[in-house]
Amino acid sequence: MSATQAPAKPAPARAPSRWARALDSDLLYSFRRSPLAVGSATVALILILAAVLAPWIAPQDPTNVANLNLLNSFNPPLPLEGSDWTFPLGTDEQGRDVLSAIMFGSRISLIVGAASVIFAVVVGVAVGLLAGYAGGMVDAFLMRAADVQLTFPSILMALLVDGVVSAELPRNLHATFQIYVLIFAIGISRWPQFARTVRGSTLVERNKDYVMAARLIGLGQVRIMATHILPNVLGPVLVLGTLTLGLAILDEATLSFLGVGLPPTQPSLGTLIRIGDDFLFSGQWWVTIFPGVALVLMVLSINLLGDWLRDALNPRLR
Amino acid sequence: MALLEIDNLTVEFPTRRGVLRALDSISLSIEPGEVLGVVGESGAGKSLTGVAVIGLLEPPGRVAGGQIRFDGKRIDNLPYEAMRRIRGRQIGTIFQDPLTTLNPLYTVGHQLVETIQTHLALSDADARKRAIHWLTEVGIPAASQRIDAYPHEFSGGMRQRVVIALALCAEPRLVIADEPTTALDVSIQAQIITLLKRLTRDHGTSVMLVTHDMGVIAETADRVAVMYAGRIAEIGPVAEVVRHPAHPYTEGLMGSIPSLEHRVARLRQIDGAMPRLNAIPRGCAFNPRCPKVFDRCHAERPELLAAGATRAACWLYDAAAAPAAFAPIRGTHA
Amino acid sequence: MPEAPTLEAQDITRMFDVSRPWLQRVLAHEPRLLLRAVDNASFAISRGSTLSLVGESGCGKSTIARMAVGLMPPSGGEIRFEGNPLSTARAQPALRRRMNMIFQDPYASLNPRWRVRDIVAEPIRAFSILSGAQPIAARVGELLVQVGLAAADGEKYPHEFSGGQRQRVSIARALASEPDFLVCDEPTSALDVSVQAQILNLMRDLQQRLGLTYLFISHNLAVVRHVSDRLGVMYLGRIVEQGPAETIFHTPLHPYTRLLLDAIPDLEMVGRSRTPVGGEVPSPIDPPPGCTFHPRCPLANARCREEKPVYTQVGEVQVACHAVAEGREAA
Repeated sequence: MSATQAPAKPAPARAPSRWARALDSDLLYSFRRSPLAVGSATVALILILAAVLAPWIAPQDPTNVANLNLLNSFNPPLPLEGSDWTFPLGTDEQGRDVLSAIMFGSRISLIVGAASVIFAVVVGVAVGLLAGYAGGMVDAFLMRAADVQLTFPSILMALLVDGVVSAELPRNLHATFQIYVLIFAIGISRWPQFARTVRGSTLVERNKDYVMAARLIGLGQVRIMATHILPNVLGPVLVLGTLTLGLAILDEATLSFLGVGLPPTQPSLGTLIRIGDDFLFSGQWWVTIFPGVALVLMVLSINLLGDWLRDALNPRLR
Repeated sequence: MALLEIDNLTVEFPTRRGVLRALDSISLSIEPGEVLGVVGESGAGKSLTGVAVIGLLEPPGRVAGGQIRFDGKRIDNLPYEAMRRIRGRQIGTIFQDPLTTLNPLYTVGHQLVETIQTHLALSDADARKRAIHWLTEVGIPAASQRIDAYPHEFSGGMRQRVVIALALCAEPRLVIADEPTTALDVSIQAQIITLLKRLTRDHGTSVMLVTHDMGVIAETADRVAVMYAGRIAEIGPVAEVVRHPAHPYTEGLMGSIPSLEHRVARLRQIDGAMPRLNAIPRGCAFNPRCPKVFDRCHAERPELLAAGATRAACWLYDAAAAPAAFAPIRGTHA
Repeated sequence: MPEAPTLEAQDITRMFDVSRPWLQRVLAHEPRLLLRAVDNASFAISRGSTLSLVGESGCGKSTIARMAVGLMPPSGGEIRFEGNPLSTARAQPALRRRMNMIFQDPYASLNPRWRVRDIVAEPIRAFSILSGAQPIAARVGELLVQVGLAAADGEKYPHEFSGGQRQRVSIARALASEPDFLVCDEPTSALDVSVQAQILNLMRDLQQRLGLTYLFISHNLAVVRHVSDRLGVMYLGRIVEQGPAETIFHTPLHPYTRLLLDAIPDLEMVGRSRTPVGGEVPSPIDPPPGCTFHPRCPLANARCREEKPVYTQVGEVQVACHAVAEGREAA
């Protein structure tokens, strides 16, 4: 039976549930059909799960000094000679398992990355909405602030913030607050992109009739922004957020590599790369290469997912 | 011999939920020098017909059956290069929105000359002279200066005139005009329609005029095809279709148009809406909404049958089959 | 004492500042550019009737629509709602809910992320007409049925409906605040002819049943003829002819009204050709002096080029035309 023939009097159906709708959506369909999307999502999921569940599934807890045995130092990875099943990716100069270090390190990288993106999103969306809806001087002021922010490269910004905070805080508090400082520094350098995107969408939505209908019945500005405009401008934010996550993770890795990131007691992937860098050319290459590969895989898979999402959500390409 | 012949053309769009049949076995023809109106509501398939003729069907849409013949030769299965030579030279097009038809980065003259030189072997100077001639023909004042202006420097009506010049400058035999006046003000509409009529008559060009505006058709076309749900409901001379519509849909359509001449208490309305492409009923597509429906309408899809001066796809006109109670209705536009 | 008209506008004007941004303007020594969108318009709509404003693009009818419902204040003149100044009326929720608007674009007038039941319920909640999920849901269902949809349609999102159905949702939303006065801004221009007929019939039914007053904006004279009691023809911000609709259609006086009526492609004109009037609507930023229609008017004389016409009363119709005032009409 061809699709052009209507079935004989279908029974009246209830509107499908949210879940059923989501499963049947065009987005999921296009996801299933794209090997790249499925592939990168799988890789990202594995890495994220490994990072999140690290305290429970990592073979060794690298922060616990009691676990370390100097006799195990500089074990090469499988299947090279001298390797050991308990340390599949080898060990570093203190006998720390590289695989476990990567898992814990990814955890830090992800936490810092995700938190800074959330910070940037909250600030950026709020600023963008306000600028787009209010217009005039408010818009001009906020957008100039965003422009100024954009002139600072994110690394420079982070160094600046870090320097200021280190100077202000007493020494013993540095370690505890370092992670918040880092999140703040990365987030503050990334909010303007979100603000611009949201402002653009807000300008478009603001002139639509449904906003006028809401104004007509006397709803307040804030209520209109939050309930009417916000849901309609979040689409591009999702895409941008995914791509920014990859960038934020790289930012953190760079800062840690430069030595201004997290303290060595909470090594992130960047820190691991830095530590291992010393041994790169003296034969123990695995200490730095494997964390590097993990970083690349994580950022790449997140980026590819973000790319797919952008194309899938673009109404013009459908 | 007819200039354009569309023979049982079927256009399909494969989607993830099945194949959508956007045009279902439609047939029509255009004689040289004739203006054929193709009228219908949104989703009826009228624009798609024009697009299919000109060979600009976007994949995954495809011609799934039938033929399109221009001057006796098949054109629906031509390779890209061959079709490209026909476009512009033999078949010109006018689309609805002059803002997007004209490239904002090039002067009007540049675009005209480019079109002329693509299809006719003329020198730059000759092509420019011809472009100025065409701009004057379509009523652009001071054409020799305006030829170097950019599209945004013209008003809406003037831009559409430029688009008409673009369509006609290579002297095509057929012009496909898709809603040429819909985006324009009423008083400008009248000017553009008059211009189009005059030019096509002077040059003997045939026109396929696609629009939803029955008034424009009534004034401009010689014959009209009324489309519904991807099929032709009725086809015939304009005066007949307007004054004595045979198909119940055409009749309903004419009745729902508010008349300028006098006021009625209540407009005739056809209940319901045109079916979506994935839910076209069995038999005659109009049967759920038809006031004169009977059994056969649900079972079999009607062919175009002779109904007085027009042809209608309606079982009421199959004298052998229609029940005696349903004598063919001659409706008048009240 | 006769009842105050539902809506009355007296000499309203609206200016827009379309100058370039301040810095660029100052650097280029350019003066401020003011656009006169509405020029001293006056009209009154009595209860239960329909006034239509008709004209082409740039004539100011949409601006008047927005001013009539209070979305925009006039730059000059006054608008009164049932005798009270409109700004005062809008400040009081009890009066504010008695006016509402139906928009032209069925695709932009409904929030795509909201379900229909929330869209229709919003005015009910905003004005606290009912409270509690159940009574509100019941009322929304009633409204949907009243406009020809099903109560169950409330669960759907706007994109699941056709253009005509969305307009019905729009009408249901407008009715949710229980208004007396509705401004209809080209409500059927984006719809197919057969759907338009359904919506126009629906609007007429609602007017009769609920005693609504309409200000109907359109560019389509045939539609306007069908719905109006009174009619105002607008050109470049001025109402050039105003009066009972049937009278104007029967005997149009102003040359522009005549031009409009002649220009409409009409079913009755099968086979006939016509000579349309040339020219286009000039830009409202720099309108012609005197009577703004004079460049296109077959009856224009020297006075028309210099002096702006005032209103002449001809029976029940007001016309702003020197030729009419001087009795100079062409055949």
